[in-house]
Amino acid sequence: MGVMLSLIAVLVIVLVPLAGSQVSGLQYVFGVFFPYAGFAVLLAGFVFKVLNWAKSPVPFRIPTTAGQEFSLPWIKQAKLDNPSTTTGVIGRMAFEILAFRSLFRNTKAELRSGNLIYGPAKWLWLGALAFHWAFFIIAVRHLRLFVQPIPGWVEFLDKIDSIMQIGTPPVYITDVLLIGGVTFLLLRRLLIPRVRYISLPADYFPLFLILAIGTTGILMRFFIRTDIVAVKSLLVGLATFHPFIPKNVGAIFFIHATLVSVLMAYFPFSKLMHLGGIFLSPTRNLANNNRMVRHVNPWSYPVKVHTYDEYEDEFRDLMKGAGIPVERE
Amino acid sequence: MYDANKIIPGLVIFVGLMTFPIWAGMGKAEPVPKPKIDTPVIKEMAEKHCVESKNYMADYHMQMLITWRDKALRDGKRIYVSSSGQKYNVSLQNTCMKCHSNKKEFCDKCHNYVGVKPYCWDCHIEPIEPKGNVL
Repeated sequence: MGVMLSLIAVLVIVLVPLAGSQVSGLQYVFGVFFPYAGFAVLLAGFVFKVLNWAKSPVPFRIPTTAGQEFSLPWIKQAKLDNPSTTTGVIGRMAFEILAFRSLFRNTKAELRSGNLIYGPAKWLWLGALAFHWAFFIIAVRHLRLFVQPIPGWVEFLDKIDSIMQIGTPPVYITDVLLIGGVTFLLLRRLLIPRVRYISLPADYFPLFLILAIGTTGILMRFFIRTDIVAVKSLLVGLATFHPFIPKNVGAIFFIHATLVSVLMAYFPFSKLMHLGGIFLSPTRNLANNNRMVRHVNPWSYPVKVHTYDEYEDEFRDLMKGAGIPVERE
Repeated sequence: MYDANKIIPGLVIFVGLMTFPIWAGMGKAEPVPKPKIDTPVIKEMAEKHCVESKNYMADYHMQMLITWRDKALRDGKRIYVSSSGQKYNVSLQNTCMKCHSNKKEFCDKCHNYVGVKPYCWDCHIEPIEPKGNVL
């Protein structure tokens, strides 16, 4: 059910600009209004979300201790997996964000001839890593269509990505990795019964959306081409706040742009916010220094106490009258 | 709010990176390039037309060229029949560059604008243009 719902939602997002961009006035909506709105929602929503998270106190140090903690000098500490210093935390975060270190430790439980066996499961890590890096590089590479003159490092990235020189225009390595990665992540949800059982529309929708973005991008590059110079003039117009719709821009571009706009607007309110969330994970970004530094619970406010001495002062006469022993006369 | 000393700079960096195209493009309004088609050969043509329509060429010329290369060099087919039925000799230097002899003003204009570096000239010899035509 969730699969069909998500698929239909993405198909609607494809069909609306496909039909709408044929109407000349509506091209402005898909080419200018949606991208601006999507980008604004992305930035504002992202900042709002992170600030909202920052309001939550972290009462305890809760780093996961995935190795030997800092101890006596002759016991070797696992400095990356159980860091006790800021440097160690930065190292741990860097590995987590750039290489998905904790996902690399993913294990799989299986029943084999009556015994429960745990073994390594690296495919999810590999697929996720390929997909995330490909998506990131593709996003950065798109700067060649937004900035004029093109920065040298963007051109360099483009050159490395198309270094295989397959076809003209050359196939990007990241395009293959992105489509492969998303397809793997989608098939994993669809084919593994246990994963499918816990999958929701909020899991399928971003996958279908990103798959549609990748597909329309590849179609636009290789099969349903459109005037790339016109496309760049449109996008530079957006970036310099002189938006206009040039001629010779095909419907495929407006579909691609609308899909990306929806992704941007959807981003801050969905699981995709793990982009910001990974930086704010207390189990990763805190140093395990409980035994060296005193951490005060941020919501510990001065509690109003009524000591026994004060109690006795208040009720001494009554206590004496009732024959209850008092400590001070 | 907790950890403002880390979160505020983090958000500033995030917004700064995300808006890179906006501030990188500020004050650098460059006109959209228009490839020049004022070479002597084109000027002499009675009816100015390319192998296929202008729009098709703008969108698909790179795929046509790579097909031409494969047809000519791998299959030895040197004749291209256009959609209007006209026959052309399949050759970058003798057909395309005969009219578009101004590589710098024609090819490079758009290629530089969108950051495309075709490897045509790894094998082909770049046309020698008069100095006056150099940007």
